[in-house]
Amino acid sequence: MALVTTALRQAGITTEGGLAAAVEGRAAIFEMTQAAEDAVLRPKDEGPWSHDLRAALAARIATLNDEADLAAQYADGAGAFADLADPENDGAAQGLAEVVAFMDKVAADTRNVAAADVSGLQAAGVADADIVRLAELNAFLAYQIRVIAGLRLMKGAFA
Amino acid sequence: MTKVITKFTRNVPHWQPRVTPVDLKAATEAQLDALQVTPSNTKVSEYVLTLAHDVESLKVRSPLFNAIMYDTGGMSRAERELGALGASMVNHCIYCAAVHAARHAQLETSTEVTDKLFRDGAKADLTERDRAIFDFAVALSEAPSRAGLAHMDALKAAGLDAAEVLDLILSASLFGWANRLMHVLGDPVRVSTDAA
Repeated sequence: MALVTTALRQAGITTEGGLAAAVEGRAAIFEMTQAAEDAVLRPKDEGPWSHDLRAALAARIATLNDEADLAAQYADGAGAFADLADPENDGAAQGLAEVVAFMDKVAADTRNVAAADVSGLQAAGVADADIVRLAELNAFLAYQIRVIAGLRLMKGAFA
Repeated sequence: MTKVITKFTRNVPHWQPRVTPVDLKAATEAQLDALQVTPSNTKVSEYVLTLAHDVESLKVRSPLFNAIMYDTGGMSRAERELGALGASMVNHCIYCAAVHAARHAQLETSTEVTDKLFRDGAKADLTERDRAIFDFAVALSEAPSRAGLAHMDALKAAGLDAAEVLDLILSASLFGWANRLMHVLGDPVRVSTDAA
């Protein structure tokens, strides 16, 4: 299997495993999943959210979802924002308290996100385009984290 | 008058953005390319125009979404919709739940399953196969995921093969993504045309 993606690597899926046929049948989806990771973590147009900050927020969201290995992978790229990878830090020291609170709620308490959460970011001076960028980063991670969790379970059940 | 919808329904609401969508007349070349706007196709939803603020994500997201929900083989389309619905119910994405409950009903030519799920929630009386699919989608959609080997055993016992389970993981996970855009960036509303 020539597929090299974060999702398959984190779930420990290999060519020899019992899942190879199922995964190869969806190879295009795994390739597009990796392209999506590149687009939200390392976009050419990063706007106000640098690659380092995106990596830190990704690590933080992985930690909120109990995905320690994925969190470590993303934390490697967090640079000066490394502290934000720890959900204990609220972002105030970086001037990002509203952004961090928004990301935590969208990641882990999605059902209770309301209009005030978006207007709060707007009031804090975050442009609409940059709110969409935060939501896309968060939303992609929700997907990638669950693909990894699901594949890991499949490996045990279908190997 | 617009009224925000807060209860699950198959009657698809209007999606009203909480941020200002991209103005198609002012869109950049890259945005027009990602929107696939052509002279013969100039109708673009407010949702897609909202996502066009992050053009690199939009460009990769649309084909990925279509592949997960519609590519041939593996799990049936109706069952992928059930996975999407389980996620959308966990995340309380009224708009996504409406769209995908309606698609499930259309594909099955029956509203029975989605009627039960909207009426009785997680306790709904489902077939063994639908029960295993829905329960797994719900558990995987929690943050953190609560999905475990018992869910895998239930899926296997209900007759799902590896390709079908993989498609279920992908569709439920995809709606972890879609819900965090739809439910976060806009409101599901009913627009009343009454003068009163």
